Amino acid sequence: MSSTSAIIVTELNHWFGQGEARKQAIFDVNLKIKTGSLTVLMGPSGSGKTTVLTLMGCLRDIQNGQVELLGYKLFDSSQHDKDSIRRRLGFIFQAHNLHASLSATENVLMGLQVHGAGRIAQQTKAAVHILDLLGLGDRTDYLPENLSGGQKQRVAIARALVANPQIVFADEPTAALDKESGISVVKMLKTLGSSRGTTTVMVTHDNRILDMADRIIVLEDGRVVSDTLKTE
Amino acid sequence: MNSTLRKLLGRLPLGWLQLSYNRTRLFSAIAGVTFANVLVFVQLGILGALNGSSIAPYTLFNADILVSASDSNTLSDGGNIARQFMFESSSVPGVKKGTALYIGQMEWQQSESASATLQVFGINPLSSDFTTPALAPLMHLLIDENRAVIDRRTRGIDSNVFNTVSRTDALAMEFNGVTVSAVGLLDVGSGFTADGTMMVSDQTFLRLFRHRQSGAPDHILLHIDEGVSVDVVVNRLRSVLPGATVKVNSYSDAIEADLNFQTTERPTGIIFGFGVMIGIVVGVIIVYQVLATDVTSHLKEYATFKAMGYPHTFFIGVVFEEALILAVLGFVPALVIATLIYIGLGSATGLPIEMSIVRAVLVFLGTLAACSISGAIATSRLASADPADLF
Ligand SMILES: Nc1ncnc2c1ncn2[C@@H]1O[C@H](COP(=O)(O)OP(=O)(O)OP(=O)(O)O)[C@@H](O)[C@H]1O
Ligand SMILES: [Mg+2]
Repeated sequence: MSSTSAIIVTELNHWFGQGEARKQAIFDVNLKIKTGSLTVLMGPSGSGKTTVLTLMGCLRDIQNGQVELLGYKLFDSSQHDKDSIRRRLGFIFQAHNLHASLSATENVLMGLQVHGAGRIAQQTKAAVHILDLLGLGDRTDYLPENLSGGQKQRVAIARALVANPQIVFADEPTAALDKESGISVVKMLKTLGSSRGTTTVMVTHDNRILDMADRIIVLEDGRVVSDTLKTE
Repeated sequence: MNSTLRKLLGRLPLGWLQLSYNRTRLFSAIAGVTFANVLVFVQLGILGALNGSSIAPYTLFNADILVSASDSNTLSDGGNIARQFMFESSSVPGVKKGTALYIGQMEWQQSESASATLQVFGINPLSSDFTTPALAPLMHLLIDENRAVIDRRTRGIDSNVFNTVSRTDALAMEFNGVTVSAVGLLDVGSGFTADGTMMVSDQTFLRLFRHRQSGAPDHILLHIDEGVSVDVVVNRLRSVLPGATVKVNSYSDAIEADLNFQTTERPTGIIFGFGVMIGIVVGVIIVYQVLATDVTSHLKEYATFKAMGYPHTFFIGVVFEEALILAVLGFVPALVIATLIYIGLGSATGLPIEMSIVRAVLVFLGTLAACSISGAIATSRLASADPADLF
C-alpha cells in the first residue's frame, strides 16, 4: 500500500487563453505522489501551483499529458467517470464557497449526500461529529453569514473530509485560520494519512506546515524546480 | 416544509432552502410568476368568452346537419340560401326532415335609457324538435302572431324586467312600430356582436324584417334518419347540392368551423389569440429571469458541488424543485386573482368569462414546463464549464 502512487503525473502541459493571448502556464510536469503522504507545493505567486492542483484534482480538463488518480486516467475521461472519481476526493480551497442558505451541518451533509441518500439521522451525526472535531461543536446550526472567516474555512474542511476521501487537495487551507487551528488541521490530515492512507497535496507558505510535510515540491514559472523528499 | 421536502426528496431540499433563504427575492419571484399566470388567464378568459359566446346560439338548436350559403362562416355572416335546397335535401336518402332558420339583428329600445341589440332567430314553431329540449315546450307559444321568447340575460337590460315574463304576463317589446309580446325566456347571454337573443316564429320574423323573404332563409337545419351515419348523409348532400353556392356540414363540424373562423380569421379572435401569446411570452420571460438569476447567483456554490462529484442531473433536480415550488406558489394566488377578475369582467360585460378546470390545469402545466425548461437552460452554463473556472 505505502509503496503505491495515489497520483501519477506525466508530461503535463497546460495553456490558458485563446489565439494571440494563448500562453503556456505549465511545462512538462512529471510527478509520482505516494499513497498516504503529505506533499506540499510551493512557489511564488503565479508559478502555477493552483493550476497544477486543479489539474491533478480533476477540476480542470487536461489538455496535454496525463494524470492518473487512484489508478484512473483523467485525460479524455467521460463526465460520468469524472463525477465518480471526484466523489473519492476532498477539496479545500481558499474560496470556501459554502452554500449561504445551508447551516454548517447542512453544508457538511452535502459532502456525504453526494454518495447517496443514506439515513439522514446517521449522516447528521457524522457531520456534527466532524464539526466538533474541528472546534465548531457550538456552531453547527449557524448559517455561514453568522460565522467568522476562520470558522467558515473549518466548515469547508469538514465538508471535504467528512466522507473519508482518499486524496485531499488543499489550496492554502490555513490562510484564513489562526496559527493554532491551522496547525491542528494539518495534524488532522497527517493523522488521516497514517491511519487511513489518505494522501494530501497542499499549497502553502506556512513554515510550520513545511516541517510536517513528507515532500516539498517547488514550482517556478510553471516548472518543477526542486523536489525534496524528507525522511524522518 | 423543510423536513417534509427532505423526506420526499431523500436529500436536503436545496431548492427550497435556496429559495426561502432570501424572502424578498422569493416573494418577488412568486409575484412574477403570479403576474404571468394572471396575464395568461385573463387573455384565455377573453378568448374563451369569445368562443363561448359564438357557440352559445348553436345550443338553442337541435340538428344533425347545417346547410348554409357557401360564403357563410358563422351563424350570422354570409348570404341567404334558397329554401328550395331544403326541399331538395329532404329527398336525399337518409334525410328525415328539414326546417329553415332565419337570423337578423334588431335594436330593442326597452326604456328611455335602456336598449339592447338582439340577435333574432325565426323558425317554424311547429318544428319544435329542431330546438333544444329546454326551448321546445315554449315553441307552441310562438304560433300566435308577434310572440317571442326573450333572453333573460340580455345585456344592458335590468334583469328584473324579465322576472315575471310568462304566457299570462307578457312583456311588450316595440320594434319599428311592431309590438311583440315576450311570453317566455331563454338563456344564451350576450356576446361580442349582440347583447341578447330573441326567438320568434318564421312568420313573425318576416314581419319584423320586412326586406327578408320566406324563400331565402339564412340556414337550413336537417335531421337524419335513425341509424344513418351523419358523414354519409353529408357526403350525399354535397354531391346533390351545388357546391358553389351551398355549404353542407354536420352540425358539430359547423360549430367547430365557426370557432376556428372566429379565432383565426376575425380581428377580435386574432387579437385575443395574440394576447394569449404575448401573455405566454411575457410569462416565460419572467420565469426565465427568476430562475436564471437564481442559478447565476449560486454558480460558485454549484461549481463547488460539481467539484465534489455531484452529477449534472443533481443541479437539474434542484432547479426542477425550485420550478415546481415557484409554479405552485405562483399559481395559487393567480387562480384566485384571475377568478376575481373573471367575475368582475363577466358582470361588467355580460360575457361568459368563467374559470374552467381544464384551463386552470393547462395554465399550471404550462407554468411548470416554462419554469423547468428555463431552469434547465440556466444550468447549461454549469454543465460545460470546468469547476475550477467558476470558483
Ligand atoms: N483562468 C485563467 N485564465 C488565464 N490565465 C490564468 C488562469 N488561471 C491562472 N492563470 C495564469 O496561469 C499562471 C499560473 O497561475 P496559478 O493561479 O496557477 O498560480 P499560483 O501559483 O496558484 O499563484 P498564487 O500563489 O498567486 O495563487 C499565472 O500566470 C496566471 O496568470
Ligand atoms: Mg493559487
